[in-house]
Amino acid sequence: MSEKFMTQKYRRRDVLAMAGTGVVAVAGIGLFPGSAQAKHFPRHIPVAQAIKEKIGDKPTKSGRITIELPQIAENGNTVPMGFEVDSPMTESDYVKAVHIFADQNPNPDVATYRFTPQSGKAKISTRMRLLKTQNVIAIAEMSYGTPYMAKTPVKVTHGGCGG
Amino acid sequence: MAKARIKVPKSVKKGEVFQVKTLISHKMETGLRKNKKTGKMIPRMIINKFVCNYGGKDVFVSDWQAGIAANPYMAFFVKAGDSGPMNFTWTDDDGNITKKTVNIKVSG
Repeated sequence: MSEKFMTQKYRRRDVLAMAGTGVVAVAGIGLFPGSAQAKHFPRHIPVAQAIKEKIGDKPTKSGRITIELPQIAENGNTVPMGFEVDSPMTESDYVKAVHIFADQNPNPDVATYRFTPQSGKAKISTRMRLLKTQNVIAIAEMSYGTPYMAKTPVKVTHGGCGG
Repeated sequence: MAKARIKVPKSVKKGEVFQVKTLISHKMETGLRKNKKTGKMIPRMIINKFVCNYGGKDVFVSDWQAGIAANPYMAFFVKAGDSGPMNFTWTDDDGNITKKTVNIKVSG
């Protein structure tokens, strides 16, 4: 009985000594990187990773795609969003796909729209969810060549996405 | 079965690029909300795929994530080919499919 008590006491002292030298603190950071963010949104994916999953490591140019979004969205649950890509939409030169991302949403991947020359126009209007004030990114993949990217900031007064 | 609505022009000219408006009733549950009574997460339940088939081809396809608002509204464009049916399909996480067909009348 007394022997067990001694062991426990020794261990506790040992731990305290470690904490004093900062060993425990360092180990804690190493084990749970970004734990504060992870606790709130278990599935938050960095936007760079989401973009990489869609288009790979290709560099992007600016231009040819424009995003239509309100500057201030009062209700993040339904934000009108549209885009248009400047393209002749012929068999040899058309928009293959447009990817939409919201960089502060739990899942930054919002949607992918796949066009064909029969689409006639690469233009969409829809309604999206925005958790908080953030940037909306649109990337247009052409039938050939470099993808084009556009970025628009939106101020969100009341966030969507539930939670 | 979700309720879907489509709006297309009454008639179009061949080669004309016309707007197709679509609306479907669906809660688009994100999978990030908690049931306030039980404290459990409500599982994700969204429409993840939309296909527009016209003239025997999938002319426009889109993949949706939870970032699309409830009761998804979407307007897009199609180039008029021949008169005939335009078929729409929405598929949700459970594999439920909602179908809708409209007739495209092409004149001239």
